[in-house]
Amino acid sequence: MPDGSHIVDLRACTPGPVREILPLEARGLTYEAGGHRLIDDLSLRFEDSGLSAIIGPNGAGKSLLLRLLHGLIAPSGGEVLWRGQAADETIRLRQAMVFQRPVLLRRSVAGNLRYALRHGRNGAAGASVGSSVEAWLTRANLLHLADRPARLLSGGEQQRLALARALSRRPEVLFLDEPTASLDPTATLAIEELIGQARAEGTKVILVTHDLGQAKRLADEILFLHRGRVEARAPTEQFFSDPENDNAAAFLAGRLVF
Amino acid sequence: MQDFSAAFGLAFDLILSGNADLAEIVLLSLQVSLTAVLFACLIGLPLGAATAIFRFPGRGALIVLMNAMMGLPPVVVGLFLYLMLSNAGPLGPLALLYTPTAMIIAQSILVAPIVAALTRQVVADLHSEYDEQLRSFSVGRWAAVGTLLWDGRYSLMTVALAGFGRAIAEVGAVIIVGGNINHVTRVMTTTIALETSKGNLALALALGIILVGIAVAVNASVMSLRATAARAAYA
Repeated sequence: MPDGSHIVDLRACTPGPVREILPLEARGLTYEAGGHRLIDDLSLRFEDSGLSAIIGPNGAGKSLLLRLLHGLIAPSGGEVLWRGQAADETIRLRQAMVFQRPVLLRRSVAGNLRYALRHGRNGAAGASVGSSVEAWLTRANLLHLADRPARLLSGGEQQRLALARALSRRPEVLFLDEPTASLDPTATLAIEELIGQARAEGTKVILVTHDLGQAKRLADEILFLHRGRVEARAPTEQFFSDPENDNAAAFLAGRLVF
Repeated sequence: MQDFSAAFGLAFDLILSGNADLAEIVLLSLQVSLTAVLFACLIGLPLGAATAIFRFPGRGALIVLMNAMMGLPPVVVGLFLYLMLSNAGPLGPLALLYTPTAMIIAQSILVAPIVAALTRQVVADLHSEYDEQLRSFSVGRWAAVGTLLWDGRYSLMTVALAGFGRAIAEVGAVIIVGGNINHVTRVMTTTIALETSKGNLALALALGIILVGIAVAVNASVMSLRATAARAAYA
Protein backbone atom coordinates (compact mmCIF):
# COMPACT_ATOMS: atom_id res chain seq x y z
CA MET A 1 0.00 0.00 0.00
CA PRO A 2 1.36 3.42 -0.80
CA ASP A 3 2.01 5.47 2.29
CA GLY A 4 0.73 8.63 0.69
CA SER A 5 4.13 10.30 0.51
CA HIS A 6 4.17 10.05 -3.29
CA ILE A 7 0.67 11.33 -3.88
CA VAL A 8 0.87 14.41 -6.07
CA ASP A 9 -1.24 17.36 -5.03
CA LEU A 10 -2.80 18.45 -8.33
CA ARG A 11 -4.19 21.53 -6.63
CA ALA A 12 -0.62 22.84 -6.93
CA CYS A 13 -1.18 23.20 -10.66
CA THR A 14 -4.59 24.81 -10.72
CA PRO A 15 -4.35 28.05 -12.69
CA GLY A 16 -5.52 31.21 -11.01
CA PRO A 17 -9.15 31.86 -11.93
CA VAL A 18 -9.13 35.60 -11.38
CA ARG A 19 -9.05 37.57 -14.63
CA GLU A 20 -7.67 40.86 -13.44
CA ILE A 21 -5.93 41.96 -16.61
CA LEU A 22 -8.82 41.60 -19.06
CA PRO A 23 -10.20 43.18 -21.11
CA LEU A 24 -7.40 43.10 -23.64
CA GLU A 25 -7.81 45.73 -26.29
CA ALA A 26 -5.92 46.60 -29.47
CA ARG A 27 -6.59 50.09 -30.76
CA GLY A 28 -5.58 51.03 -34.29
CA LEU A 29 -2.76 48.50 -34.19
CA THR A 30 -0.36 48.80 -37.10
CA TYR A 31 2.88 47.02 -37.87
CA GLU A 32 5.05 47.83 -40.84
CA ALA A 33 8.22 46.13 -42.06
CA GLY A 34 10.16 46.53 -45.28
CA GLY A 35 7.67 49.05 -46.56
CA HIS A 36 4.76 46.63 -46.13
CA ARG A 37 1.90 47.06 -43.71
CA LEU A 38 1.54 43.63 -42.11
CA ILE A 39 -0.98 44.61 -39.45
CA ASP A 40 -3.33 47.25 -40.76
CA ASP A 41 -5.12 49.56 -38.33
CA LEU A 42 -6.48 46.62 -36.40
CA SER A 43 -8.80 47.11 -33.46
CA LEU A 44 -10.29 44.33 -31.36
CA ARG A 45 -11.23 43.56 -27.80
CA PHE A 46 -11.19 40.37 -25.72
CA GLU A 47 -13.51 40.69 -22.76
CA ASP A 48 -14.15 37.27 -21.33
CA SER A 49 -12.54 33.96 -20.66
CA GLY A 50 -12.94 31.16 -23.13
CA LEU A 51 -10.97 30.35 -26.22
CA SER A 52 -10.68 32.63 -29.22
CA ALA A 53 -9.16 31.08 -32.31
CA ILE A 54 -7.47 33.23 -34.92
CA ILE A 55 -7.47 31.67 -38.37
CA GLY A 56 -6.53 32.92 -41.80
CA PRO A 57 -4.25 32.28 -44.74
CA ASN A 58 -0.45 32.26 -44.52
CA GLY A 59 0.92 35.77 -44.27
CA ALA A 60 -2.30 37.17 -42.83
CA GLY A 61 -0.38 38.37 -39.75
CA LYS A 62 -1.71 35.88 -37.18
CA SER A 63 1.57 35.10 -35.41
CA LEU A 64 2.58 38.73 -35.68
CA LEU A 65 -0.67 39.78 -34.01
CA LEU A 66 -0.03 37.38 -31.11
CA ARG A 67 3.47 38.80 -30.62
CA LEU A 68 2.12 42.34 -30.68
CA LEU A 69 -0.59 41.52 -28.15
CA HIS A 70 1.89 39.69 -25.91
CA GLY A 71 4.31 42.62 -26.12
CA LEU A 72 7.19 40.77 -27.74
CA ILE A 73 7.38 43.34 -30.50
CA ALA A 74 6.41 46.99 -30.51
CA PRO A 75 3.74 48.16 -32.95
CA SER A 76 4.48 50.79 -35.57
CA GLY A 77 1.27 52.51 -34.54
CA GLY A 78 -1.68 52.10 -32.21
CA GLU A 79 -1.61 50.53 -28.77
CA VAL A 80 -2.33 47.41 -26.78
CA LEU A 81 -4.19 48.01 -23.54
CA TRP A 82 -4.90 45.73 -20.60
CA ARG A 83 -7.80 46.97 -18.49
CA GLY A 84 -7.26 50.28 -20.20
CA GLN A 85 -3.57 50.59 -19.45
CA ALA A 86 -0.31 49.71 -21.17
CA ALA A 87 1.34 46.49 -20.05
CA ASP A 88 3.60 46.76 -17.03
CA GLU A 89 5.59 44.11 -15.18
CA THR A 90 2.54 42.89 -13.24
CA ILE A 91 0.48 42.51 -16.40
CA ARG A 92 3.30 40.82 -18.29
CA LEU A 93 3.68 38.22 -15.54
CA ARG A 94 0.01 37.32 -15.90
CA GLN A 95 0.38 36.28 -19.53
CA ALA A 96 2.17 33.38 -21.17
CA MET A 97 2.88 32.28 -24.70
CA VAL A 98 3.68 28.97 -26.34
CA PHE A 99 5.44 29.11 -29.68
CA GLN A 100 5.02 26.92 -32.71
CA ARG A 101 8.54 25.58 -32.16
CA PRO A 102 8.95 25.24 -28.41
CA VAL A 103 12.01 26.97 -27.02
CA LEU A 104 13.23 24.66 -24.28
CA LEU A 105 16.07 25.62 -22.01
CA ARG A 106 19.19 23.46 -21.97
CA ARG A 107 18.04 21.84 -18.77
CA SER A 108 16.13 18.81 -17.68
CA VAL A 109 12.37 18.56 -18.10
CA ALA A 110 11.89 19.38 -14.41
CA GLY A 111 14.55 22.12 -14.69
CA ASN A 112 12.50 23.88 -17.36
CA LEU A 113 9.48 23.95 -15.10
CA ARG A 114 11.52 25.03 -12.09
CA TYR A 115 12.86 27.96 -14.09
CA ALA A 116 9.40 29.08 -15.17
CA LEU A 117 8.07 28.88 -11.62
CA ARG A 118 10.99 30.74 -10.08
CA HIS A 119 10.60 33.55 -12.59
CA GLY A 120 6.82 33.60 -12.27
CA ARG A 121 4.68 36.21 -10.63
CA ASN A 122 4.89 34.52 -7.24
CA GLY A 123 8.60 33.80 -7.50
CA ALA A 124 7.99 30.40 -5.95
CA ALA A 125 10.91 28.83 -4.13
CA GLY A 126 12.02 25.68 -2.36
CA ALA A 127 9.44 23.08 -1.46
CA SER A 128 6.57 24.85 -3.21
CA VAL A 129 8.49 24.76 -6.49
CA GLY A 130 9.15 21.05 -6.02
CA SER A 131 5.51 20.19 -5.46
CA SER A 132 4.35 22.41 -8.33
CA VAL A 133 6.88 20.88 -10.70
CA GLU A 134 5.71 17.38 -9.81
CA ALA A 135 2.07 18.36 -10.16
CA TRP A 136 2.54 19.95 -13.56
CA LEU A 137 4.65 17.08 -14.85
CA THR A 138 1.93 14.69 -13.71
CA ARG A 139 -0.71 16.76 -15.44
CA ALA A 140 1.30 16.84 -18.67
CA ASN A 141 2.09 13.12 -18.32
CA LEU A 142 5.81 13.84 -18.23
CA LEU A 143 6.66 12.87 -14.68
CA HIS A 144 8.53 9.75 -15.81
CA LEU A 145 10.73 11.99 -17.96
CA ALA A 146 11.45 14.58 -15.24
CA ASP A 147 15.23 14.12 -15.25
CA ARG A 148 15.67 13.78 -19.00
CA PRO A 149 17.25 16.66 -20.92
CA ALA A 150 14.28 18.55 -22.34
CA ARG A 151 15.75 18.65 -25.83
CA LEU A 152 15.79 14.87 -26.03
CA LEU A 153 12.00 14.68 -25.81
CA SER A 154 9.87 13.93 -28.86
CA GLY A 155 8.13 16.81 -30.61
CA GLY A 156 4.84 16.13 -28.86
CA GLU A 157 6.49 15.80 -25.46
CA GLN A 158 8.43 19.01 -26.01
CA GLN A 159 5.24 20.89 -26.83
CA ARG A 160 3.47 19.38 -23.79
CA LEU A 161 6.35 20.55 -21.64
CA ALA A 162 6.26 24.04 -23.18
CA LEU A 163 2.52 24.23 -22.52
CA ALA A 164 2.82 22.90 -18.96
CA ARG A 165 5.66 25.37 -18.36
CA ALA A 166 3.50 28.25 -19.58
CA LEU A 167 0.50 27.12 -17.53
CA SER A 168 2.62 26.65 -14.41
CA ARG A 169 2.97 30.43 -14.33
CA ARG A 170 -0.80 30.64 -13.81
CA PRO A 171 -1.43 32.99 -16.71
CA GLU A 172 -4.73 34.78 -16.96
CA VAL A 173 -4.21 35.03 -20.70
CA LEU A 174 -2.45 32.33 -22.70
CA PHE A 175 -1.29 32.96 -26.26
CA LEU A 176 -0.78 29.84 -28.37
CA ASP A 177 0.91 30.11 -31.75
CA GLU A 178 0.06 26.95 -33.72
CA PRO A 179 0.99 24.69 -30.81
CA THR A 180 0.11 21.49 -32.64
CA ALA A 181 1.64 22.26 -36.03
CA SER A 182 3.58 19.20 -37.24
CA LEU A 183 2.36 16.99 -34.38
CA ASP A 184 0.68 13.63 -34.91
CA PRO A 185 -3.00 13.16 -33.92
CA THR A 186 -2.19 11.56 -30.57
CA ALA A 187 0.19 14.34 -29.57
CA THR A 188 -2.31 16.90 -30.82
CA LEU A 189 -5.02 15.37 -28.67
CA ALA A 190 -2.82 15.51 -25.58
CA ILE A 191 -2.10 19.20 -26.21
CA GLU A 192 -5.77 19.93 -26.81
CA GLU A 193 -6.67 18.27 -23.50
CA LEU A 194 -4.27 20.55 -21.64
CA ILE A 195 -5.62 23.58 -23.47
CA GLY A 196 -9.19 22.52 -22.69
CA GLN A 197 -8.36 22.13 -18.98
CA ALA A 198 -6.77 25.57 -18.84
CA ARG A 199 -9.77 27.09 -20.57
CA ALA A 200 -12.17 25.31 -18.22
CA GLU A 201 -10.25 26.67 -15.24
CA GLY A 202 -10.71 30.24 -16.39
CA THR A 203 -7.63 31.02 -18.42
CA LYS A 204 -8.38 33.15 -21.45
CA VAL A 205 -6.80 31.35 -24.44
CA ILE A 206 -6.00 33.07 -27.72
CA LEU A 207 -5.03 30.42 -30.23
CA VAL A 208 -3.59 30.80 -33.71
CA THR A 209 -4.22 27.69 -35.75
CA HIS A 210 -4.33 26.44 -39.31
CA ASP A 211 -6.26 23.39 -38.20
CA LEU A 212 -9.92 24.20 -38.83
CA GLY A 213 -11.01 21.00 -37.08
CA GLN A 214 -9.08 22.09 -34.02
CA ALA A 215 -10.69 25.52 -34.14
CA LYS A 216 -14.11 23.86 -34.30
CA ARG A 217 -13.30 21.52 -31.42
CA LEU A 218 -11.81 24.06 -29.06
CA ALA A 219 -12.90 27.59 -29.83
CA ASP A 220 -15.77 29.62 -28.45
CA GLU A 221 -15.29 32.21 -31.15
CA ILE A 222 -13.37 32.55 -34.41
CA LEU A 223 -11.51 35.57 -35.73
CA PHE A 224 -10.67 35.49 -39.42
CA LEU A 225 -7.57 37.52 -40.18
CA HIS A 226 -6.72 38.60 -43.71
CA ARG A 227 -4.05 41.08 -44.80
CA GLY A 228 -3.51 42.25 -41.25
CA ARG A 229 -7.18 42.94 -40.58
CA VAL A 230 -9.90 41.07 -38.73
CA GLU A 231 -12.41 40.54 -41.52
CA ALA A 232 -14.81 38.33 -39.61
CA ARG A 233 -15.48 37.48 -35.99
CA ALA A 234 -18.27 35.24 -34.80
CA PRO A 235 -19.14 32.43 -32.38
CA THR A 236 -17.62 29.19 -33.68
CA GLU A 237 -20.80 27.48 -34.80
CA GLN A 238 -22.06 30.56 -36.55
CA PHE A 239 -18.74 31.24 -38.23
CA PHE A 240 -18.49 27.78 -39.74
CA SER A 241 -22.15 27.65 -40.80
CA ASP A 242 -22.35 31.19 -42.13
CA PRO A 243 -19.07 33.09 -42.27
CA GLU A 244 -20.73 36.30 -43.53
CA ASN A 245 -17.52 37.30 -45.28
CA ASP A 246 -16.49 36.35 -48.81
CA ASN A 247 -12.82 35.83 -47.99
CA ALA A 248 -13.65 33.77 -44.91
CA ALA A 249 -16.10 31.69 -46.93
CA ALA A 250 -13.47 31.15 -49.64
CA PHE A 251 -10.91 30.19 -46.98
CA LEU A 252 -13.29 27.67 -45.41
CA ALA A 253 -14.04 26.26 -48.85
CA GLY A 254 -10.34 25.65 -49.40
CA ARG A 255 -10.01 28.25 -52.12
CA LEU A 256 -6.93 30.47 -52.24
CA VAL A 257 -7.44 33.82 -50.59
CA PHE A 258 -5.24 36.65 -51.87
CA MET B 1 70.98 12.49 -33.39
CA GLN B 2 72.58 10.66 -30.45
CA ASP B 3 72.57 13.92 -28.45
CA PHE B 4 68.92 14.31 -29.25
CA SER B 5 68.11 10.80 -28.01
CA ALA B 6 70.22 11.30 -24.93
CA ALA B 7 68.39 14.54 -24.17
CA PHE B 8 65.05 12.75 -24.44
CA GLY B 9 66.31 9.99 -22.16
CA LEU B 10 67.44 12.49 -19.56
CA ALA B 11 64.16 14.35 -19.87
CA PHE B 12 62.13 11.21 -19.13
CA ASP B 13 64.47 10.41 -16.21
CA LEU B 14 63.75 13.87 -14.76
CA ILE B 15 60.01 13.41 -15.14
CA LEU B 16 59.89 9.87 -13.79
CA SER B 17 62.21 10.60 -10.86
CA GLY B 18 59.93 13.42 -9.68
CA ASN B 19 62.72 15.99 -9.79
CA ALA B 20 61.95 18.67 -7.18
CA ASP B 21 63.04 21.63 -9.32
CA LEU B 22 60.97 20.38 -12.21
CA ALA B 23 57.92 19.86 -9.99
CA GLU B 24 58.29 23.34 -8.51
CA ILE B 25 58.37 24.92 -11.97
CA VAL B 26 55.37 22.93 -13.20
CA LEU B 27 53.33 23.71 -10.09
CA LEU B 28 54.09 27.44 -10.29
CA SER B 29 53.14 27.43 -13.98
CA LEU B 30 49.81 25.80 -13.21
CA GLN B 31 49.18 28.08 -10.24
CA VAL B 32 49.88 31.23 -12.26
CA SER B 33 47.92 30.21 -15.35
CA LEU B 34 44.90 28.76 -13.53
CA THR B 35 44.63 31.88 -11.36
CA ALA B 36 44.96 34.09 -14.43
CA VAL B 37 42.21 32.15 -16.21
CA LEU B 38 39.99 32.48 -13.14
CA PHE B 39 40.40 36.26 -13.12
CA ALA B 40 40.01 36.42 -16.90
CA CYS B 41 36.74 34.50 -16.60
CA LEU B 42 35.49 36.79 -13.82
CA ILE B 43 36.02 39.71 -16.20
CA GLY B 44 35.43 38.12 -19.58
CA LEU B 45 32.28 36.06 -18.95
CA PRO B 46 30.02 38.91 -17.77
CA LEU B 47 31.62 41.36 -20.22
CA GLY B 48 31.11 39.00 -23.16
CA ALA B 49 27.55 38.17 -22.10
CA ALA B 50 26.67 41.83 -21.55
CA THR B 51 27.96 42.84 -25.00
CA ALA B 52 25.91 39.99 -26.48
CA ILE B 53 22.66 41.08 -24.82
CA PHE B 54 22.73 44.79 -24.13
CA ARG B 55 22.58 47.50 -26.76
CA PHE B 56 24.50 50.63 -25.83
CA PRO B 57 26.48 53.36 -27.58
CA GLY B 58 29.97 52.17 -28.44
CA ARG B 59 29.00 48.49 -28.34
CA GLY B 60 30.26 47.87 -31.87
CA ALA B 61 33.59 49.52 -31.11
CA LEU B 62 33.91 47.47 -27.92
CA ILE B 63 33.31 44.24 -29.83
CA VAL B 64 35.92 45.18 -32.43
CA LEU B 65 38.35 46.03 -29.62
CA MET B 66 37.71 42.73 -27.83
CA ASN B 67 38.21 40.77 -31.04
CA ALA B 68 41.38 42.70 -31.85
CA MET B 69 42.76 42.14 -28.35
CA MET B 70 42.51 38.38 -28.82
CA GLY B 71 45.70 38.72 -30.82
CA LEU B 72 47.54 40.94 -28.36
CA PRO B 73 51.31 40.35 -28.64
CA PRO B 74 52.42 39.03 -25.22
CA VAL B 75 55.67 40.98 -25.29
CA VAL B 76 53.74 44.22 -25.77
CA VAL B 77 51.51 43.38 -22.81
CA GLY B 78 54.64 42.49 -20.83
CA LEU B 79 56.30 45.77 -21.75
CA PHE B 80 53.20 47.81 -20.91
CA LEU B 81 52.81 46.08 -17.57
CA TYR B 82 56.54 46.44 -16.88
CA LEU B 83 56.24 50.20 -17.34
CA MET B 84 53.22 50.31 -15.03
CA LEU B 85 54.80 48.15 -12.30
CA SER B 86 58.38 49.40 -12.39
CA ASN B 87 59.54 51.77 -9.65
CA ALA B 88 59.00 54.78 -11.88
CA GLY B 89 55.53 53.57 -12.98
CA PRO B 90 52.17 54.50 -11.45
CA LEU B 91 51.86 51.09 -9.79
CA GLY B 92 55.49 50.93 -8.66
CA PRO B 93 54.67 51.37 -4.94
CA LEU B 94 52.82 48.05 -5.03
CA ALA B 95 56.18 46.29 -5.56
CA LEU B 96 54.67 43.65 -7.78
CA LEU B 97 57.33 43.52 -10.48
CA TYR B 98 59.14 40.16 -10.64
CA THR B 99 56.49 38.40 -8.60
CA PRO B 100 54.02 35.66 -9.56
CA THR B 101 51.27 38.24 -9.05
CA ALA B 102 52.66 40.34 -11.90
CA MET B 103 52.70 37.22 -14.08
CA ILE B 104 49.08 36.50 -13.16
CA ILE B 105 48.10 40.05 -14.09
CA ALA B 106 49.93 39.77 -17.42
CA GLN B 107 48.27 36.48 -18.31
CA SER B 108 44.87 37.77 -17.18
CA ILE B 109 45.24 40.70 -19.57
CA LEU B 110 46.09 38.30 -22.39
CA VAL B 111 43.33 35.80 -21.67
CA ALA B 112 40.42 38.09 -20.68
CA PRO B 113 39.82 39.36 -24.25
CA ILE B 114 39.79 35.78 -25.54
CA VAL B 115 37.26 34.75 -22.91
CA ALA B 116 35.15 37.88 -23.51
CA ALA B 117 35.11 37.64 -27.30
CA LEU B 118 34.35 33.91 -27.39
CA THR B 119 31.75 34.29 -24.63
CA ARG B 120 30.04 37.04 -26.62
CA GLN B 121 29.71 34.69 -29.59
CA VAL B 122 28.43 31.77 -27.52
CA VAL B 123 25.94 33.90 -25.60
CA ALA B 124 24.78 35.80 -28.70
CA ASP B 125 23.95 32.52 -30.45
CA LEU B 126 22.05 31.27 -27.40
CA HIS B 127 20.36 34.62 -26.90
CA SER B 128 18.97 34.65 -30.45
CA GLU B 129 17.31 31.34 -29.61
CA TYR B 130 16.11 32.20 -26.09
CA ASP B 131 15.26 35.87 -26.54
CA GLU B 132 11.50 35.70 -27.17
CA GLN B 133 10.97 32.98 -24.58
CA LEU B 134 12.82 34.88 -21.87
CA ARG B 135 10.95 38.07 -22.69
CA SER B 136 7.71 36.10 -22.64
CA PHE B 137 8.70 34.99 -19.13
CA SER B 138 9.36 38.66 -18.37
CA VAL B 139 12.88 37.80 -17.26
CA GLY B 140 14.98 40.92 -16.67
CA ARG B 141 18.11 41.60 -18.68
CA TRP B 142 20.54 40.76 -15.87
CA ALA B 143 18.64 37.61 -15.00
CA ALA B 144 18.83 36.73 -18.69
CA VAL B 145 22.62 37.14 -18.55
CA GLY B 146 22.74 34.62 -15.71
CA THR B 147 20.44 32.23 -17.55
CA LEU B 148 22.45 32.37 -20.75
CA LEU B 149 25.76 31.90 -18.94
CA TRP B 150 24.38 28.89 -17.10
CA ASP B 151 22.75 27.29 -20.11
CA GLY B 152 25.86 27.92 -22.19
CA ARG B 153 28.12 26.50 -19.50
CA TYR B 154 29.50 23.60 -21.54
CA SER B 155 30.51 25.86 -24.40
CA LEU B 156 31.87 28.40 -21.94
CA MET B 157 34.02 25.76 -20.25
CA THR B 158 35.69 25.15 -23.58
CA VAL B 159 36.20 28.92 -23.80
CA ALA B 160 37.95 28.86 -20.42
CA LEU B 161 40.07 25.91 -21.50
CA ALA B 162 41.06 27.78 -24.66
CA GLY B 163 42.11 30.67 -22.43
CA PHE B 164 44.12 28.30 -20.26
CA GLY B 165 45.88 26.97 -23.36
CA ARG B 166 46.89 30.51 -24.26
CA ALA B 167 48.07 31.28 -20.72
CA ILE B 168 50.12 28.16 -20.03
CA ALA B 169 51.98 28.40 -23.34
CA GLU B 170 52.72 32.11 -23.08
CA VAL B 171 56.33 33.26 -22.55
CA GLY B 172 56.78 36.85 -23.76
CA ALA B 173 54.84 38.67 -21.05
CA VAL B 174 55.77 36.55 -18.05
CA ILE B 175 59.49 36.68 -18.78
CA ILE B 176 59.37 40.49 -18.83
CA VAL B 177 57.28 41.04 -15.68
CA GLY B 178 58.37 37.88 -13.86
CA GLY B 179 62.07 38.08 -14.61
CA ASN B 180 62.49 34.28 -14.67
CA ILE B 181 63.92 34.25 -11.13
CA ASN B 182 64.83 30.78 -9.89
CA HIS B 183 62.44 29.43 -7.22
CA VAL B 184 60.34 32.63 -7.46
CA THR B 185 58.99 33.33 -10.93
CA ARG B 186 60.40 30.57 -13.08
CA VAL B 187 57.68 28.83 -15.05
CA MET B 188 57.81 26.18 -17.76
CA THR B 189 58.00 28.41 -20.80
CA THR B 190 60.59 30.81 -19.38
CA THR B 191 62.68 27.88 -18.15
CA ILE B 192 62.58 26.25 -21.57
CA ALA B 193 63.83 29.48 -23.14
CA LEU B 194 66.58 29.87 -20.53
CA GLU B 195 67.76 26.26 -20.42
CA THR B 196 67.81 26.00 -24.23
CA SER B 197 70.03 29.07 -24.41
CA LYS B 198 72.32 27.47 -21.80
CA GLY B 199 72.41 24.19 -23.73
CA ASN B 200 70.68 22.25 -20.95
CA LEU B 201 68.40 20.46 -23.34
CA ALA B 202 67.32 17.71 -20.94
CA LEU B 203 65.45 20.00 -18.57
CA ALA B 204 64.12 22.08 -21.49
CA LEU B 205 62.85 18.95 -23.21
CA ALA B 206 61.36 17.54 -20.02
CA LEU B 207 59.39 20.74 -19.55
CA GLY B 208 58.48 20.76 -23.24
CA ILE B 209 57.10 17.24 -22.97
CA ILE B 210 55.03 18.22 -19.93
CA LEU B 211 53.81 21.35 -21.69
CA VAL B 212 52.74 19.37 -24.72
CA GLY B 213 51.13 16.83 -22.39
CA ILE B 214 49.12 19.60 -20.75
CA ALA B 215 48.09 20.93 -24.18
CA VAL B 216 46.93 17.46 -25.20
CA ALA B 217 45.07 17.04 -21.90
CA VAL B 218 43.35 20.41 -22.38
CA ASN B 219 42.25 19.48 -25.90
CA ALA B 220 41.06 16.08 -24.73
CA SER B 221 39.05 17.82 -22.01
CA VAL B 222 37.48 20.14 -24.57
CA MET B 223 36.49 17.23 -26.79
CA SER B 224 35.17 15.27 -23.83
CA LEU B 225 33.09 18.21 -22.64
CA ARG B 226 31.62 18.71 -26.08
CA ALA B 227 30.79 15.04 -26.35
CA THR B 228 29.16 15.10 -22.91
CA ALA B 229 27.12 18.15 -23.85
CA ALA B 230 26.06 16.61 -27.15
CA ARG B 231 25.00 13.39 -25.42
CA ALA B 232 22.92 15.35 -22.96
CA ALA B 233 21.57 17.58 -25.75
CA TYR B 234 22.57 20.62 -23.75
CA ALA B 235 24.93 21.92 -26.43
